[in-house]
Amino acid sequence: MIQKQSQRRGSFPQRAAITAAAWGIGLMAGAGVLAQTPQAYQVEQGEIRAALADAGDPVRGRAVVLSRESGNCFLCHAFPDADGAPPGNLGPEMSGVGARMNAGQLRLRVVDSARVNAQSIMPAYYRIEGLNRVAAAYRGKPLLSAQQVEDVVAYLAQLK
Amino acid sequence: MSLRRLSLGLFAALVAGTAVAQTAVRPAPLKSGIEFTGAEVRALQNDEFANPAMLWVLRGTALWTQPAGKDNRSCASCHGDATTGMKSVATHYPQIDKSSGSLINLEGRIQQCRERRQNASPLKYESEELLGLTAFVRMQSRGMPLAISIDGPARAYFERGRDFYYKRVGQMNLACAHCHQDNWGKKLGPEIISQGHGNPYPGYRLEWQTMGSLHRRFRSCLSGVRAEMLPQGAPEYLDLELYLAWRSGNLPVETPGVRR
Ligand code: HEC
Ligand code: HEC
Repeated sequence: MIQKQSQRRGSFPQRAAITAAAWGIGLMAGAGVLAQTPQAYQVEQGEIRAALADAGDPVRGRAVVLSRESGNCFLCHAFPDADGAPPGNLGPEMSGVGARMNAGQLRLRVVDSARVNAQSIMPAYYRIEGLNRVAAAYRGKPLLSAQQVEDVVAYLAQLK
Repeated sequence: MSLRRLSLGLFAALVAGTAVAQTAVRPAPLKSGIEFTGAEVRALQNDEFANPAMLWVLRGTALWTQPAGKDNRSCASCHGDATTGMKSVATHYPQIDKSSGSLINLEGRIQQCRERRQNASPLKYESEELLGLTAFVRMQSRGMPLAISIDGPARAYFERGRDFYYKRVGQMNLACAHCHQDNWGKKLGPEIISQGHGNPYPGYRLEWQTMGSLHRRFRSCLSGVRAEMLPQGAPEYLDLELYLAWRSGNLPVETPGVRR
């Protein structure tokens, strides 16, 4: 459904606008909001079991996932209930992900996918070490705050 | 889980993050970015009258014969008719500049002629004039296969360019190779990722609604992954341009290209 929509061709100006908006993710808001150093966490058997913040809210999590300024997850993944933005396909589809993985596994994935697959192209959303040439506005800041990670995990967990 | 194991894990992740294969490879089969655009974009690029980049080429055409500088000479004073004098020239750029021994791209060569041979005011990178002249000169090689040398002194630049290409950068921690080597043909949001060749530049991007240089495109991709951007013409971008030109094999020059 979503896939089909994205293949439909719009008129030029329309498509150009979509393009600029979706991939021009550089200098957006967020920087100020996310100014915080990631806290320590423990990885046990492929999971981060303890929540990093207050209980996540799936509605807020969905907004983060679909937002260009924060999660941007739809650049790579198709979500079953996404409307609007045509998804990319660099990563697997997200329908049923909450049945495939528990919250701890989802949390580790979002926090630092390199801990699951060292070659992963998925950005680590809650890590600031080991990055090169980060633009000044984002330096020393994780892509998501601890609360946003929890919200995203809560959202993913209910995609059953 | 102990703190030691935690930090070991972190260490492993960091090492993995930087240790990427650094073999120079070309995508196979080689495909120009035009193959990933729709029929409308192809039609625009191929139609001399509809191609919006032709506006800049026309500007370049005029500048070619326009005397400038203290010596009141034009490009044509030295090089004559561009259709013969500049034919296939762009297929060999970037190249080692004999006078300085360092790498120079076509924009750099034009800037050099302007300053040294015409004694004229320098042209800024990304200025309408330089975009126009570069597009005009490159167009004299349109359809001709690239023929880049990475031998001799060019080698070191090539290797630096390759290292840049494979290095993860930015807050999103991605290398050029992750998108354009490993995942071309897939979609990033609504966009189809091409093999990322430089052959259409300077070119018109509908997304920019204007003409831009290859180095401007580098900046777009780097800003997309939230990495530092360097100024157009920066040595690192020249290295990258050489690597890209090598990687494009015998793809034809497409300037003035049109892209989404
Ligand atoms: C640049 C691409 C990219 C972005 C952006 C991205 N991912 Fe991923 N993701 C991947 C890839 C590729 C995989 C497959 C496993 C791997 O290679 O790491 C993956 C795997 C996953 C998985 C595991 C799915 C499974 O079935 O195994 C989850 C969950 C996930 N991503 C969630 C997210 C969320 C949530 C976001 C945004 C906050 C996000 N991803 C952003 C590329 C991306
Ligand atoms: C996260 C994905 C991603 C990364 C990383 C990336 N690019 Fe791109 N690049 C794109 C997309 C999407 C486009 C627009 C569609 C297209 O033309 O391929 C693009 C376009 C290009 C183009 C224009 C191709 C054409 O035919 O017009 C070039 C050249 C290019 N990229 C080079 C690079 C270089 C060099 C790097 C590293 C400094 C890089 N890209 C990093 C996604 C990426």
